[in-house]
Amino acid sequence: MAETQALTKKDLKSDQDVRWCPGCGDYSILNSVQGVLAGLGIPRHNMLFVSGIGCSSRFPYYMNTYGMHSIHGRAPAFATGIKLANPELSVWIATGDGDGLSIGGNHLAHILRRNVDVKILLFNNEIYGLTKGQYSPTSKIGLKTKTSPMGSVDRPFNPVAFALGCGATFVARTIDTHLKHMEATLAAAAAHKGSALIEIYQNCVIFNDGTFDAIADKTVRDDKTIDLEPGKPMLYGKTRDRGLKVEGFDVRMVPAASADTWKADTSSAGPAFVMSQLDGDPTMPRPIGIFRSVAAPIFNDGVNAQVRDAIAKKGPGKLRDLFYNGDMWQVT
Amino acid sequence: MTQTRNVGAELPSQQFENVVIRFAGDSGDGMQITGSQFTHTAALLGNDLATFPDFPAEIRAPAGTQPGVSGFQVRFSSSDIHTPGDRPDVLVAMNPAALIVNIKDLAPGGIVIVNTGQFTERDVAKAGLKSNPMTDGTLSGYRKIEIDINDRVKRALEGSPLSPKDVQRCKNFYTLGLMYWLYSRPLDPTVAWLKDKFSKKPELAEANIKALTAGFNAGDIQELFQARYEVAPCTTMAPGTYKNITGNEALAIGLVAGAELAGLKVFIGSYPITPASSILEQLASYKNYGVISFQAEDEIAAICSAIGGSYTGHLGVTTTSGPGMALKGEAMGLAVSLELPLVIVDVQRGGPSTGLPTKTEQADLLQAIFGRNSEAPIPVLAASTPSDAFECAVEACRIAVQYMTPVILLSDGYIANGAEPWRLPDVDKLPRFPAKFTTVAPEGGFLPYARDEKRARPWVKPGTPGLEHRIGGLEKAHLTGHISYDPENHDFMVRMRAAKVAGVRDTIPTPAVVGEPQGDLLVLGWGSTYGSIASAVEIARHKGQKVSRMHLRHVWPLPAGLDEIFSRFKAILIPEMNLGQLARLLRSEYQRHDFISYSKVQGLPFKTFELNNKIDAILGK
Ligand SMILES: Cc1ncc(C[n+]2csc(CCOP(=O)(O)OP(=O)(O)O)c2C)c(N)n1
Ligand code: SF4
Ligand SMILES: [Mg+2]
Repeated sequence: MAETQALTKKDLKSDQDVRWCPGCGDYSILNSVQGVLAGLGIPRHNMLFVSGIGCSSRFPYYMNTYGMHSIHGRAPAFATGIKLANPELSVWIATGDGDGLSIGGNHLAHILRRNVDVKILLFNNEIYGLTKGQYSPTSKIGLKTKTSPMGSVDRPFNPVAFALGCGATFVARTIDTHLKHMEATLAAAAAHKGSALIEIYQNCVIFNDGTFDAIADKTVRDDKTIDLEPGKPMLYGKTRDRGLKVEGFDVRMVPAASADTWKADTSSAGPAFVMSQLDGDPTMPRPIGIFRSVAAPIFNDGVNAQVRDAIAKKGPGKLRDLFYNGDMWQVT
Repeated sequence: MTQTRNVGAELPSQQFENVVIRFAGDSGDGMQITGSQFTHTAALLGNDLATFPDFPAEIRAPAGTQPGVSGFQVRFSSSDIHTPGDRPDVLVAMNPAALIVNIKDLAPGGIVIVNTGQFTERDVAKAGLKSNPMTDGTLSGYRKIEIDINDRVKRALEGSPLSPKDVQRCKNFYTLGLMYWLYSRPLDPTVAWLKDKFSKKPELAEANIKALTAGFNAGDIQELFQARYEVAPCTTMAPGTYKNITGNEALAIGLVAGAELAGLKVFIGSYPITPASSILEQLASYKNYGVISFQAEDEIAAICSAIGGSYTGHLGVTTTSGPGMALKGEAMGLAVSLELPLVIVDVQRGGPSTGLPTKTEQADLLQAIFGRNSEAPIPVLAASTPSDAFECAVEACRIAVQYMTPVILLSDGYIANGAEPWRLPDVDKLPRFPAKFTTVAPEGGFLPYARDEKRARPWVKPGTPGLEHRIGGLEKAHLTGHISYDPENHDFMVRMRAAKVAGVRDTIPTPAVVGEPQGDLLVLGWGSTYGSIASAVEIARHKGQKVSRMHLRHVWPLPAGLDEIFSRFKAILIPEMNLGQLARLLRSEYQRHDFISYSKVQGLPFKTFELNNKIDAILGK
């Protein structure tokens, strides 16, 4: 095999010029993905990126792996076909908030429900970037865009809650400017067996600049976000002096010592869902990190096992047997 | 228990060349099973045959109503036949609704067998009738055989552990038994089928076999007939091993075979839709052939997953009907741009929109050829009969693989559900067209959009070391496949894709003219009009009319040589179950000929006599 030695980040850069706007959050995501994937021990030729349409969906062109830039919203369907037909491949999807949650919402729901072993990067910039700035299904109410000149009255999706509702087995959130966190989250997703959805807060400098500043800006981030780390106490704040406690369907701010330990593998997705609901509360820190990570049967394993079982039971199909069976008669 | 008495032996036996029977009843009466069992037995006896199942879109419309009527027509013959027949010679009507819906089709003087047990005043009212058709003159001119099948089944199954309702469910097998007696057919194949079908419910098997046998042995009914009939085996069929097959079955088998002949495995991504669903169902049962079947969340996901399957080196297949075709349009365009093999099957049904889901039509032709945004050429084939669907599926796979292109295969509801004897292919004589995968970079480097002599680009399986590359729907630069917005390159690529698909013409034959090579009229068809056209032209030629026929399998690109053939005929008649789509296409391709469009869009196939009337009108006779 051509590539047994470890890859470097550079090996994963394609020869194509990256054409995102200067300052776009997509750059740091690309960089982090290349860094994390280089360290996975997977040969480059077994990595495959599929995307839909959007700024974010240009992603595969910049990865020196196999890749398909498909059609708007449908990347999960292509990826499902690819993973079923060749489970050896490490399959990744790059999608946007419009691509994944508007036109492609149905496919995203189903790939998560089925638990296809594919990793999904949802670039959420709360806007349609490529079509030059219309509101998206994650845009905040009141956002003024070209198609919402008086402010959007369209209630947004919460991508994490959406994924949890679909029965996703791995759901996480990270931020384009929080490199260390993004890399750790990507690595955890890569290690997960089954579908993994990572919502990445991504700044669109041109059409929705600063939409996450209130929580993601480096000066406020420690106070305004809380990293959900499975098995660790839920602490936040610059000095990690504050914590969260889940009580029934409510979450309370408590002193660090009283904070709960975060569990992402509870039998019910309830706690993860409760945490996802903090988004609407400006007094609460915004959860990032790993909301959910549980093991469940994997669709592509199930499908391929049935093919293997059928071959084991009936023997590999032969053309002759395909035709010559059932009730036949001879004409001489 | 299956002992049959030699009842009615004293009746004279009458030979027929061919007979058309139509079984008609309520959707819950099991007429489709009755018809297919009769067909099955006829096939095993060596008759040539053709069937026409006709059923409502509703699974169980209100019992006894006209919309709930389900019919199955079978024609079996001792000579070659091409259609299930214009008119039944025998109509079996299980209730007033079935009678009234079908009686107008019965041949004059034909036999109508009526289940009087289902002709109470209430039944007549349920059928929406003001008077009882048994007595109001509806049946004058026909030979009426009255049998209370309800009561007879009840008596035949006296002492059975089944509930009275379940006993009545055996009515169809009683009827079948009677028809087996009338046409001198054995019971064994159906008995064997029942035992297998109800192997886990022996009491049901036993009851149905009892009903079947009782129908066969009903001596007092037999007195009502003047003769028993016989239809000898067909001796003009080509030698070989045969089995009875529906179009959807043949198509599914053809897809697996086509992939195998290319050295590939099938990946089918599909979404259920009438009348295409059974192809997906059948392929799902071929897992030991390495078939990966995926029931997607919708038709878009279905075709996209199939393209994904093709990308990884499987033969991607997606099967659907008109509404699904509409949904798949954008992804078909992507497949054109990616230049990956893909077989898209459209089993056409009546439209627009949901239209007539269980009825047949040929109105997706222009959609298949042109129905995508921009210049998105795709080769299109059309199956003409149930068994031809096998060959067309293999041919679609060949074109897809050799030309690295999506291919559309058109079938329709009539072919999908209709059955005919299929001469099983000799495995060694099937064409092989192995797919070639590029596994190492050629000298000078790997170019994903380089082309071979057929203008096909290389196929690389992801997972191949050293050939990593990206493909997508943005316009690609010639050779490198990199994104390109260059105007000249776009013009070049548009023409390249068109030339590639036009080039398919180099590997397809000019269709044969059946009859004289020249004459007054050429009847030209495509798809499932084949049988009616073949029969009508045979009749016309017997009458001495200078009529020939030709049938297109490849509807896009059109085969070479058509212009010259057309020029040998004074006129060309094109019967289609649409408003003249092929005629419109041919008029734009070949301007100097007289194309006469004959269209019928009733959700039903052409009757032979309709075509003969049209031919007569054109030729002035
Ligand atoms: C079928 C179809 N409809 C519409 C479009 C136009 N379109 C392209 S990208 C896009 C929205 C992209 O938004 P998002 O997914 O959020 O990606 P971003 O550009 O923000 O990364 C739209 C509407 C298209 N390409 N295809
Ligand atoms: S428009 Fe926005 S999302 Fe798109 S490249 Fe520019 S900054 Fe990035
Ligand atoms: Mg966006």
